[in-house]
Amino acid sequence: MTTVFYISSLVAILSTVMVITRYQPIHALLYLVVSFLAVAMIFLSLGAPFVAALEVIIYAGAIMVLFIFVVMMLNLDKETAAQERIWLQPRVWIGPSLLTLLLLAGMVVLLLRGQRTTMRIATVDARQVALSLYGGYIIAVELAGFLLMAGIVGAAHIGKHRTESMHRYLRKDEEQQKEIHAAS
Amino acid sequence: MRSNKKKYMPPVNSHTVLVVAAILFALGLCGVLTRKNVLFILISIEIMLNAAGLAFVAAGAKWRQPDGQAMFLFILAMAAAEVSVGLALVMQIYHQHKTMDVGDLNKLKDE
Repeated sequence: MTTVFYISSLVAILSTVMVITRYQPIHALLYLVVSFLAVAMIFLSLGAPFVAALEVIIYAGAIMVLFIFVVMMLNLDKETAAQERIWLQPRVWIGPSLLTLLLLAGMVVLLLRGQRTTMRIATVDARQVALSLYGGYIIAVELAGFLLMAGIVGAAHIGKHRTESMHRYLRKDEEQQKEIHAAS
Repeated sequence: MRSNKKKYMPPVNSHTVLVVAAILFALGLCGVLTRKNVLFILISIEIMLNAAGLAFVAAGAKWRQPDGQAMFLFILAMAAAEVSVGLALVMQIYHQHKTMDVGDLNKLKDE
Protein backbone atom coordinates (compact mmCIF):
# COMPACT_ATOMS: atom_id res chain seq x y z
CA MET A 1 0.00 0.00 0.00
CA THR A 2 2.93 2.33 0.69
CA THR A 3 4.22 1.71 -2.81
CA VAL A 4 0.77 2.40 -4.24
CA PHE A 5 0.69 5.65 -2.30
CA TYR A 6 4.07 6.86 -3.57
CA ILE A 7 3.44 5.87 -7.18
CA SER A 8 -0.02 7.43 -7.32
CA SER A 9 1.08 10.65 -5.63
CA LEU A 10 3.89 10.95 -8.18
CA VAL A 11 1.37 10.44 -10.99
CA ALA A 12 -0.98 12.99 -9.40
CA ILE A 13 1.70 15.67 -9.14
CA LEU A 14 3.04 15.08 -12.66
CA SER A 15 -0.40 15.12 -14.27
CA THR A 16 -1.37 18.26 -12.33
CA VAL A 17 1.77 19.97 -13.66
CA MET A 18 0.66 18.92 -17.13
CA VAL A 19 -2.83 20.35 -16.45
CA ILE A 20 -1.59 23.83 -15.61
CA THR A 21 0.86 23.98 -18.52
CA ARG A 22 -1.33 22.79 -21.40
CA TYR A 23 -2.52 25.19 -24.09
CA GLN A 24 -5.50 23.20 -25.38
CA PRO A 25 -8.40 23.07 -22.87
CA ILE A 26 -9.34 19.50 -23.77
CA HIS A 27 -5.80 18.24 -23.17
CA ALA A 28 -5.78 19.93 -19.78
CA LEU A 29 -9.10 18.29 -18.93
CA LEU A 30 -7.87 14.82 -19.90
CA TYR A 31 -4.78 15.26 -17.74
CA LEU A 32 -7.07 16.46 -14.95
CA VAL A 33 -8.99 13.18 -15.20
CA VAL A 34 -5.68 11.33 -14.77
CA SER A 35 -4.90 13.51 -11.76
CA PHE A 36 -8.27 12.76 -10.15
CA LEU A 37 -7.86 9.04 -10.75
CA ALA A 38 -4.42 9.19 -9.12
CA VAL A 39 -5.88 11.03 -6.12
CA ALA A 40 -8.55 8.32 -5.91
CA MET A 41 -5.73 5.77 -5.71
CA ILE A 42 -4.17 7.82 -2.90
CA PHE A 43 -7.49 7.69 -1.04
CA LEU A 44 -7.62 3.94 -1.55
CA SER A 45 -4.11 3.55 -0.15
CA LEU A 46 -5.10 5.70 2.85
CA GLY A 47 -7.91 3.29 3.67
CA ALA A 48 -10.84 5.33 2.39
CA PRO A 49 -12.48 3.22 -0.35
CA PHE A 50 -15.84 5.02 -0.23
CA VAL A 51 -14.29 8.42 -0.87
CA ALA A 52 -12.11 6.92 -3.61
CA ALA A 53 -15.22 5.66 -5.39
CA LEU A 54 -16.89 9.07 -5.00
CA GLU A 55 -13.80 10.80 -6.36
CA VAL A 56 -13.95 8.65 -9.50
CA ILE A 57 -17.72 8.93 -9.94
CA ILE A 58 -18.27 12.60 -9.16
CA TYR A 59 -14.99 14.41 -9.83
CA ALA A 60 -13.63 12.35 -12.71
CA GLY A 61 -17.13 11.59 -13.97
CA ALA A 62 -19.72 14.28 -13.44
CA ILE A 63 -17.64 17.44 -13.03
CA MET A 64 -15.32 16.57 -15.91
CA VAL A 65 -18.34 15.89 -18.13
CA LEU A 66 -19.60 19.40 -17.32
CA PHE A 67 -16.24 20.91 -18.29
CA ILE A 68 -16.01 18.87 -21.49
CA PHE A 69 -19.55 19.85 -22.49
CA VAL A 70 -18.68 23.52 -22.03
CA VAL A 71 -15.49 23.11 -24.08
CA MET A 72 -17.49 21.43 -26.84
CA MET A 73 -20.34 23.96 -26.80
CA LEU A 74 -17.99 26.94 -26.95
CA ASN A 75 -15.79 25.34 -29.65
CA LEU A 76 -12.56 26.01 -27.80
CA ASP A 77 -9.86 24.50 -29.98
CA LYS A 78 -6.92 25.77 -32.01
CA GLU A 79 -7.68 29.48 -31.67
CA THR A 80 -7.85 29.20 -27.89
CA ALA A 81 -4.59 27.24 -27.90
CA ALA A 82 -2.89 29.93 -30.00
CA GLN A 83 -4.24 32.63 -27.66
CA GLU A 84 -2.97 30.70 -24.64
CA ARG A 85 0.43 30.33 -26.28
CA ILE A 86 0.59 34.13 -26.62
CA TRP A 87 -0.60 34.68 -23.04
CA LEU A 88 1.67 32.16 -21.37
CA GLN A 89 5.05 33.75 -21.97
CA PRO A 90 7.77 32.96 -19.41
CA ARG A 91 7.64 36.47 -17.99
CA VAL A 92 3.97 35.91 -17.16
CA TRP A 93 4.28 32.64 -15.26
CA ILE A 94 7.73 33.03 -13.70
CA GLY A 95 6.64 35.53 -11.02
CA PRO A 96 3.59 33.62 -9.71
CA SER A 97 5.53 30.34 -9.87
CA LEU A 98 8.36 31.71 -7.74
CA LEU A 99 5.98 33.19 -5.17
CA THR A 100 3.96 29.98 -4.98
CA LEU A 101 7.15 27.98 -4.67
CA LEU A 102 8.20 30.15 -1.74
CA LEU A 103 4.85 29.59 -0.03
CA LEU A 104 5.10 25.86 -0.70
CA ALA A 105 8.64 25.73 0.68
CA GLY A 106 7.51 27.46 3.85
CA MET A 107 4.60 25.07 4.26
CA VAL A 108 6.75 21.98 3.64
CA VAL A 109 9.37 23.15 6.14
CA LEU A 110 6.68 23.74 8.74
CA LEU A 111 5.15 20.33 8.05
CA LEU A 112 8.42 18.43 8.22
CA ARG A 113 9.74 20.15 11.33
CA GLY A 114 7.43 18.42 13.77
CA GLN A 115 8.10 14.92 14.90
CA ARG A 116 7.10 12.41 12.28
CA THR A 117 4.43 9.94 13.13
CA THR A 118 3.68 6.94 11.00
CA MET A 119 0.04 6.24 10.36
CA ARG A 120 -1.25 2.80 11.17
CA ILE A 121 -3.83 2.80 8.45
CA ALA A 122 -7.06 0.89 8.91
CA THR A 123 -9.91 0.94 6.44
CA VAL A 124 -12.78 3.26 7.37
CA ASP A 125 -15.63 1.93 5.29
CA ALA A 126 -18.84 3.45 3.98
CA ARG A 127 -20.88 2.24 6.95
CA GLN A 128 -18.89 4.30 9.46
CA VAL A 129 -18.97 7.35 7.19
CA ALA A 130 -22.73 7.04 6.80
CA LEU A 131 -23.24 6.70 10.55
CA SER A 132 -21.13 9.80 11.11
CA LEU A 133 -22.90 11.77 8.35
CA TYR A 134 -26.42 11.01 9.49
CA GLY A 135 -25.51 11.23 13.16
CA GLY A 136 -23.46 14.24 14.13
CA TYR A 137 -23.35 15.95 10.77
CA ILE A 138 -27.05 15.85 9.89
CA ILE A 139 -27.39 19.66 9.91
CA ALA A 140 -24.43 19.96 7.58
CA VAL A 141 -25.96 17.37 5.22
CA GLU A 142 -29.14 19.42 5.04
CA LEU A 143 -27.14 22.58 4.42
CA ALA A 144 -25.27 20.80 1.61
CA GLY A 145 -28.69 19.96 0.16
CA PHE A 146 -29.65 23.66 0.28
CA LEU A 147 -26.36 24.54 -1.39
CA LEU A 148 -26.89 22.04 -4.21
CA MET A 149 -30.46 23.29 -4.72
CA ALA A 150 -29.22 26.89 -4.90
CA GLY A 151 -26.51 25.77 -7.31
CA ILE A 152 -29.01 24.07 -9.63
CA VAL A 153 -31.40 27.05 -9.63
CA GLY A 154 -28.55 29.51 -10.09
CA ALA A 155 -27.01 27.56 -12.94
CA ALA A 156 -30.38 27.18 -14.67
CA HIS A 157 -31.08 30.91 -14.31
CA ILE A 158 -27.64 32.14 -15.36
CA GLY A 159 -27.27 29.62 -18.16
CA LYS A 160 -30.37 30.78 -20.01
CA HIS A 161 -29.41 31.95 -23.48
CA ARG A 162 -29.82 35.72 -23.60
CA THR A 163 -28.09 37.55 -26.39
CA GLU A 164 -28.80 41.13 -25.42
CA SER A 165 -26.66 42.66 -22.72
CA MET A 166 -28.75 45.77 -22.12
CA HIS A 167 -30.27 46.48 -18.74
CA ARG A 168 -34.07 46.23 -18.52
CA TYR A 169 -34.56 49.86 -17.46
CA LEU A 170 -32.63 51.07 -20.48
CA ARG A 171 -34.64 48.77 -22.72
CA LYS A 172 -37.94 50.12 -21.38
CA ASP A 173 -36.65 53.64 -21.96
CA GLU A 174 -35.74 52.81 -25.52
CA GLU A 175 -39.16 51.27 -26.19
CA GLN A 176 -40.90 54.38 -24.88
CA GLN A 177 -38.78 56.58 -27.07
CA LYS A 178 -39.58 54.38 -30.03
CA GLU A 179 -43.30 54.72 -29.31
CA ILE A 180 -42.99 58.49 -29.02
CA HIS A 181 -41.08 58.51 -32.27
CA ALA A 182 -43.77 56.43 -34.00
CA ALA A 183 -46.58 58.62 -32.64
CA SER A 184 -44.96 61.81 -33.86
CA MET B 1 1.26 -12.49 10.48
CA ARG B 2 -1.47 -12.87 7.95
CA SER B 3 -4.29 -11.71 10.23
CA ASN B 4 -2.15 -8.76 11.30
CA LYS B 5 -1.64 -7.82 7.66
CA LYS B 6 -5.35 -8.01 7.05
CA LYS B 7 -6.15 -5.69 9.92
CA TYR B 8 -3.44 -3.07 9.42
CA MET B 9 -1.83 -2.05 6.17
CA PRO B 10 1.85 -0.98 6.20
CA PRO B 11 2.25 2.56 7.48
CA VAL B 12 2.60 5.75 5.45
CA ASN B 13 4.31 8.72 7.02
CA SER B 14 1.54 11.17 7.87
CA HIS B 15 3.57 14.23 6.89
CA THR B 16 4.15 12.84 3.42
CA VAL B 17 0.45 12.88 2.61
CA LEU B 18 0.15 16.47 3.78
CA VAL B 19 3.18 17.43 1.70
CA VAL B 20 1.54 15.87 -1.38
CA ALA B 21 -1.66 17.81 -0.64
CA ALA B 22 0.38 21.01 -0.22
CA ILE B 23 2.14 20.46 -3.55
CA LEU B 24 -1.18 19.90 -5.35
CA PHE B 25 -2.65 23.00 -3.70
CA ALA B 26 0.36 25.11 -4.70
CA LEU B 27 0.11 23.88 -8.28
CA GLY B 28 -3.55 24.88 -8.39
CA LEU B 29 -2.73 28.29 -6.89
CA CYS B 30 -0.01 28.79 -9.51
CA GLY B 31 -2.55 27.95 -12.22
CA VAL B 32 -5.04 30.49 -10.86
CA LEU B 33 -2.39 33.21 -10.71
CA THR B 34 -0.88 32.48 -14.13
CA ARG B 35 -3.82 31.83 -16.42
CA LYS B 36 -5.97 34.48 -18.07
CA ASN B 37 -8.57 32.10 -19.50
CA VAL B 38 -11.65 31.75 -17.25
CA LEU B 39 -11.99 28.04 -17.98
CA PHE B 40 -8.42 27.31 -16.90
CA ILE B 41 -8.95 29.34 -13.73
CA LEU B 42 -11.97 27.16 -12.89
CA ILE B 43 -9.93 24.02 -13.56
CA SER B 44 -7.20 25.25 -11.20
CA ILE B 45 -9.79 25.98 -8.51
CA GLU B 46 -10.96 22.38 -8.85
CA ILE B 47 -7.36 21.21 -8.28
CA MET B 48 -7.13 23.35 -5.13
CA LEU B 49 -10.42 22.02 -3.73
CA ASN B 50 -9.31 18.48 -4.43
CA ALA B 51 -6.03 19.07 -2.58
CA ALA B 52 -7.92 20.44 0.42
CA GLY B 53 -10.07 17.32 0.40
CA LEU B 54 -6.97 15.16 0.28
CA ALA B 55 -5.67 16.88 3.41
CA PHE B 56 -8.98 16.23 5.19
CA VAL B 57 -9.00 12.56 4.22
CA ALA B 58 -5.38 12.21 5.33
CA ALA B 59 -6.22 13.70 8.73
CA GLY B 60 -9.20 11.37 9.05
CA ALA B 61 -7.03 8.40 8.14
CA LYS B 62 -4.42 9.37 10.73
CA TRP B 63 -6.94 9.25 13.58
CA ARG B 64 -8.92 6.40 11.96
CA GLN B 65 -12.12 8.42 12.23
CA PRO B 66 -14.79 8.90 9.54
CA ASP B 67 -14.96 12.69 10.03
CA GLY B 68 -12.34 13.42 7.41
CA GLN B 69 -14.32 11.54 4.80
CA ALA B 70 -17.51 13.35 5.84
CA MET B 71 -15.72 16.68 5.32
CA PHE B 72 -14.58 15.48 1.90
CA LEU B 73 -18.21 14.80 1.01
CA PHE B 74 -19.12 18.40 1.89
CA ILE B 75 -16.19 19.69 -0.17
CA LEU B 76 -17.44 17.53 -3.03
CA ALA B 77 -20.95 19.00 -2.81
CA MET B 78 -19.54 22.51 -2.67
CA ALA B 79 -17.29 21.87 -5.67
CA ALA B 80 -20.21 20.51 -7.68
CA ALA B 81 -22.40 23.54 -6.93
CA GLU B 82 -19.54 25.96 -7.56
CA VAL B 83 -18.57 24.40 -10.87
CA SER B 84 -22.13 24.33 -12.21
CA VAL B 85 -22.68 28.03 -11.44
CA GLY B 86 -19.17 28.90 -12.66
CA LEU B 87 -19.58 27.12 -15.97
CA ALA B 88 -22.98 28.75 -16.53
CA LEU B 89 -21.26 32.11 -15.94
CA VAL B 90 -18.49 31.17 -18.38
CA MET B 91 -21.01 30.33 -21.10
CA GLN B 92 -22.91 33.54 -20.48
CA ILE B 93 -19.71 35.60 -20.58
CA TYR B 94 -18.65 33.95 -23.81
CA HIS B 95 -22.03 34.57 -25.45
CA GLN B 96 -22.12 38.22 -24.45
CA HIS B 97 -18.50 39.30 -24.82
CA LYS B 98 -17.04 36.68 -27.19
CA THR B 99 -13.92 36.42 -25.05
CA MET B 100 -12.56 34.25 -22.23
CA ASP B 101 -9.97 36.83 -21.11
CA VAL B 102 -10.53 37.95 -17.53
CA GLY B 103 -8.64 41.15 -18.34
CA ASP B 104 -11.31 42.19 -20.82
CA LEU B 105 -14.22 41.57 -18.47
CA ASN B 106 -14.18 44.92 -16.67
CA LYS B 107 -17.53 46.32 -17.75
CA LEU B 108 -18.33 47.52 -14.23
CA LYS B 109 -15.40 49.89 -14.41
CA ASP B 110 -15.97 53.50 -15.50
CA GLU B 111 -14.93 54.10 -19.07
